[in-house]
Amino acid sequence: MPILRIHGLTHQYSVGTPFQNTAIEGIDFSIEPGQFVGLIGHTGSGKSTLIQHLNGLLRPTAGTVYYEGEDIFASKAATRDVKFRVGLVFQYPEYQLFEETVYQDIAFGPKNQKLSAEAVDARVRDAARFVGVEENWFEKSPLDLSGGQKRRVAIAGVIAMRPGVLVLDEPTAGLDPEARESLFANIEAYRKETGSTVVLVTHSMDDIARIADRLIVMNAGHIVMDGTPEEVFSRAAELEAIGLTVPEPTKIAMELKRLGVPITDAIYTTGYLRKAILKLAEGGAAVC
Amino acid sequence: MLKDITLGQYFPGDSVVHRLDPRTKLIWVILYIVALFQATGPVSYGVMVLATAGIVGLSHVPPKALVKGLKPVIIIIALTAVLNLFYTDGTPLVQVWKLTVTYEGVARSCFVVIRIVMLICGTFLLTYTTAPVALTDGLELLLGPLKKLKVPVHEMSMMMSMALRFIPTLIEETDKIMSAQKARGADFESGNLIQRAKALLPILVPLFVSAFRRADELAIAMESRCYHGGEGRTRMKQLQFAGLDYGALAAGVLLAAGMIALRVFGL
Repeated sequence: MPILRIHGLTHQYSVGTPFQNTAIEGIDFSIEPGQFVGLIGHTGSGKSTLIQHLNGLLRPTAGTVYYEGEDIFASKAATRDVKFRVGLVFQYPEYQLFEETVYQDIAFGPKNQKLSAEAVDARVRDAARFVGVEENWFEKSPLDLSGGQKRRVAIAGVIAMRPGVLVLDEPTAGLDPEARESLFANIEAYRKETGSTVVLVTHSMDDIARIADRLIVMNAGHIVMDGTPEEVFSRAAELEAIGLTVPEPTKIAMELKRLGVPITDAIYTTGYLRKAILKLAEGGAAVC
Repeated sequence: MLKDITLGQYFPGDSVVHRLDPRTKLIWVILYIVALFQATGPVSYGVMVLATAGIVGLSHVPPKALVKGLKPVIIIIALTAVLNLFYTDGTPLVQVWKLTVTYEGVARSCFVVIRIVMLICGTFLLTYTTAPVALTDGLELLLGPLKKLKVPVHEMSMMMSMALRFIPTLIEETDKIMSAQKARGADFESGNLIQRAKALLPILVPLFVSAFRRADELAIAMESRCYHGGEGRTRMKQLQFAGLDYGALAAGVLLAAGMIALRVFGL
């Protein structure tokens, strides 16, 4: 059974005012447990609106969302409960930090779950470890940390709820390459260790190509592509037509192909590209 | 729910009312209020209701939006209506326990309700049809003569336009922070008063932090563009009175004068 099933989801903002607009329309898809889904689309394509339905923050104008087969909008209790099952990390989550200490801030979610003090403590330490928050930061004020550290604390605050699905909206926006790299590594390690399902919204094609096993592409409130990175990036021209780019290795492969090199399609990571080129060299194909 | 805050919200449009010079509209509001407070009898209130309805019609602002603006003051309106109903002397109509409702009381509470509603509609129409920047520009120009008395008119209007400018930004920010905290299971809708007040802490702390950060950034951005107050500052959009404005002002003066006349005749 899919862990999340989205059915006919439509959302309109400001209904009945001059500002009325349809953000997403007729969205249908399912996510299987343990999947790593990358959600891509340019600004205003409806990604953020879509993910806010996954944990019941926004009420759809039409359609609904099922978590493990249960309609999350069926009752008030269900809509509240799903917030702990689908953990949503917003863009720039560091702006939500408010507690006096890092520890208390991470504990905010688990405390809202009405867990015992020991359980809360265990979850805080676990979550902190997953995202690389060191225990000697625990008594600091979150406002005294650096930008990247704040971000980690904020993500830990969501992971601490032990959600079945972790949704991250642009978790690496504004981070330097090194911090980005290590945060992605943390997320992957977290997923491997807990078997949790992850949905990652991003603009960074290179990163998502490397770590996701499924990509959903949105444009103007609709899903336009849904498949493995291979399938999606083999449609590079279509991606570019809706204002998205393809990963750098794909660009190189496409250019080689244009020059007449018989290189395979759907290359989207540096590793693949390297292998493909080496294979060409071994095969002794007349490249140059 | 936060989206329901309509104060200072602008409804873009291209109606006659939208095109008026902001100064005209500001003067109009003053004339309108003067006229409104002259109303004493059914005829004069009728004239005001018609005039207001006419302006609303001209402005193309959906009446729904005006009704929405009335929501926050509904308790005040109800309270004044009830008080006037019972505390006016005159010919008794009904006796409820020790309280007497008089004919005069009924009339008076109707009039008071109409007066408050009109007052709010009039002022809301101003903010609905005038962009915040135009509004503060108009205010600055109208208050210009006060500069001679060393009143910092420019600075005041700059502060006002910044405040107005940041209302939607802060609302949006609040919305975002609320969503983020709700995503962590924060509950703003249940519990007693103290619990609810406490539940606001996770919103207020980040909101203040970001408001200060924004203020800081704004100050730096302004200084790096050499902002140094109003001295010698010119405008991108020069406000200019047009025929329409003179017409509107004449109509406003006429309305106020008419209402004063009606009052003299006691209608």
